[in-house]
Amino acid sequence: MSVTLQGFRRTAEKRSERTTIEETRTDRIFLIGVRIMLWIALIVVAVPLVYIVANSFSSPSAVSAGRVLLWPIEPSLQAYKTALGDPQIMRGYLNSFIYAVGGTLISVTLTIAIAYPLSRRTFFGRNVIMSVLIFTMLFSGGLIPTYLVVQDLGLLNTRWAMVIPSAIGVWQVIIARTFFRSTIPDELYEAATIDGASDLRFLWSVVLPLSKPVIAVIALMYAIFQWNSYFDALIYLKDPGLYPLQIVLRNVLILNQAGGPASQNLAQQLEQQQLANVLKYALIVISSLPVLIIYPFVARHFTKGVMVGAVKG
Amino acid sequence: MSATFEVKPAPVAPAPPAAATARKPPRTSRRTQAWRSLRRHWQLYLLVVVPLAYFVIFKYVPIANAVIAFKNYSPIKGPWGSDWVGFRNFELFFQNPVFWTLVKNTFLLSVYTVLASFPIPIILAIALNEIRNGRFKKLVQLVTYAPYFISTVVVVSMTILVLSPRLGFVNDAIGLFGVPSVDFLGKPDYFRHIYVWSDVWQTTGYSAVIYLAALSGIDPALHESARIDGASRLQRIRNVDLPGIMPTAVIILVLGVGNIMSIGFEKAFLLQNPLNTAQSEIIATYVYKTGLLNADFSMATAIGLFNSVINLFLLLGVNFAAKRITGNGLWS
Repeated sequence: MSVTLQGFRRTAEKRSERTTIEETRTDRIFLIGVRIMLWIALIVVAVPLVYIVANSFSSPSAVSAGRVLLWPIEPSLQAYKTALGDPQIMRGYLNSFIYAVGGTLISVTLTIAIAYPLSRRTFFGRNVIMSVLIFTMLFSGGLIPTYLVVQDLGLLNTRWAMVIPSAIGVWQVIIARTFFRSTIPDELYEAATIDGASDLRFLWSVVLPLSKPVIAVIALMYAIFQWNSYFDALIYLKDPGLYPLQIVLRNVLILNQAGGPASQNLAQQLEQQQLANVLKYALIVISSLPVLIIYPFVARHFTKGVMVGAVKG
Repeated sequence: MSATFEVKPAPVAPAPPAAATARKPPRTSRRTQAWRSLRRHWQLYLLVVVPLAYFVIFKYVPIANAVIAFKNYSPIKGPWGSDWVGFRNFELFFQNPVFWTLVKNTFLLSVYTVLASFPIPIILAIALNEIRNGRFKKLVQLVTYAPYFISTVVVVSMTILVLSPRLGFVNDAIGLFGVPSVDFLGKPDYFRHIYVWSDVWQTTGYSAVIYLAALSGIDPALHESARIDGASRLQRIRNVDLPGIMPTAVIILVLGVGNIMSIGFEKAFLLQNPLNTAQSEIIATYVYKTGLLNADFSMATAIGLFNSVINLFLLLGVNFAAKRITGNGLWS
C-alpha cells in the first residue's frame, strides 16, 4: 500500500515538475537567441587567442605569408627554441619571477599588518586610518612628485623600485579587513586572551591559519599584478639587466627591436625577418602561460575575493 | 593620530586592564579611551607603523611634492627650496595649442570607453544567468574571463598583430569582401575604436562576474511569483533582474564616470605611434613625455595636478548625483 502510494506521489511530483518547467513558445525562441549570443561572445573572445597560439606553433615562412588561421601550418617549434635560447628574454623571465615572488611576499605581509588591526573594534583610530587610505584612491600627487620620492630614497634603477612604490593596494586592504571582520568572531579573541595570548600571538596562531583563502586571493592578485606590470619598470629602471619580461616584450613586440646580429646576405636577412615574426607569437604565449595556467583554478576564489571587497563598510 | 604613535614605545609589558582603570578616574573621554587602547593593544599599533609609513611616504609626500607645480623646480634646490612662480605653469599649459587637443582626446576616449564597456557586461551576465546548461555556461565564463589576466603589453601586441596590414587576419577577412587592406594603427581615426573595443574584449568577462554575483543574490521567490503571474523571460529580466542589479550598476557607473579624466596611461602609450598621435595623445601620455622625456618637472606636475583635481570633482559630483537620483552611491 505504502509502496504504491509513494510511487503515485513520485509520478505526481514528476508531472507537476514538468508543468512548471514548460516554457512558452516565445520563451523558447528567446532562449535560442540567448544561446546564439553566448556563442558569438565565446567565438569573439576565443578566436584571437587561438590565432596567436596557432601561429606560434607554425613555421616562420607560413606565418610570414599570413597563411595561418586557427590551426598550425607546417608545425614547428623553432620560435620557442629561439625564444628560450635568447638571453635577454630569459633574463626578463627570471627578473619578472623575482619581482613577482618578492613583491608578493612584501605586499601580503604589509597588507595583513594593516588590515588586521583595522578589523579590530578595539583598535582606536581605525576610522581615521581607513579614511587616510581611501583618500589615496581618490587623489594622488601624480607621476613626477612620486618619481621624486623614489629618486630621493635612492631606489631609482634598483630592484626595490619594482616592489616598494606599489607595495600596498587599498583595495586588497579592504578585502582582507572585511574577511577578518566577518570570519573571526570576537569570542575567539576573548578565549585566546584568557589563555594568555597576546595580539600578535593571536594573529599568528589563530587568525592567519583561519584566513588562508583570503591570503591566497590577495597573494594571487599581487602576483598577477606584478607579473603584468610594466609602467614602474618603464619609469624607474634604466639597466637592461633589471628589466622585467613585460619591458622585454614591449621592445621585441611593439618597438620591433629584435635581438641577434645583423646578417650580410639577403637570404639570411629574409629568414631572420620571418623568424622575428613568428617569435612574436611565441613570446605572447610564453609570457602569458604562467598566469593562464593558474587562472582557471583561482578564478572562483578571485571572484569571491572581489565580492568580499565589494561589501560596503 | 600621529601624536599617539610618537608616544608608543613606552609600555613594554602592558599593565592588566583592571589596574589601569583603578588608577585612572572613571571618566572615559576619547583621550583616555585612546590611551587605554594603546596600552592594551600596543602590538596592533606596532603592526600598523610600517604600512602607514608606506602610505605617508609614497602617497602623501608626493601630494606635498606637487607644490612644484607652482614653482620653477630646480633639482639642486629641491621641491621646497625652488622659486615660486605662482600659476605660471598652468597659464602656459592653458595657452599651449596642444591643451584643447589633449582635453578633447582624453575626454572622448574615456566617454567612449565608459559607454561601450558599461552595458555589454550586463548583457553577458544576464544571458549567462538565463541558461541552465552548466557545462556550456562554465565554458563561456572561463573563456571570456581569461583575457582579464593577460598583461596590457600582450593585449596591445595581439591587437597590433591581428590588425597588421600584412599578417593580421582582420585584413584577410575584409579582403574577402574586396576591401583593400587598411593600416589601422597608422590612421588616427581608428585609434579610439581600437582602444575601446580591445578594452571591451579584455574586460567584459571580468565585469560580468560582478553582475552575475548580484544576479545570484536576487531572491528566487521573486522569479517564482513573476512566473506564476505569467511573466515571460524577457519580462522577468526587465522587472526582476534589472532592478536587482541596479545598485551594483550605479556603483560601477559612478566609478567609470568619476575616472573619466584619469584614463590609463599604459594602453594609450603602447598603442601610440608617430602616425596616430593626433588622437592618441592624452593628458597622461603628455605628462610622461613632458616630465620624464623632456625633464620639465614643474610643467608635468602642473598638468597632472590639473587632471587630478578635475577627477576628484568629477567623482564627487557623479557620486552626489547618483545618490540623489537612485539612493545608491559609493559611500552610504
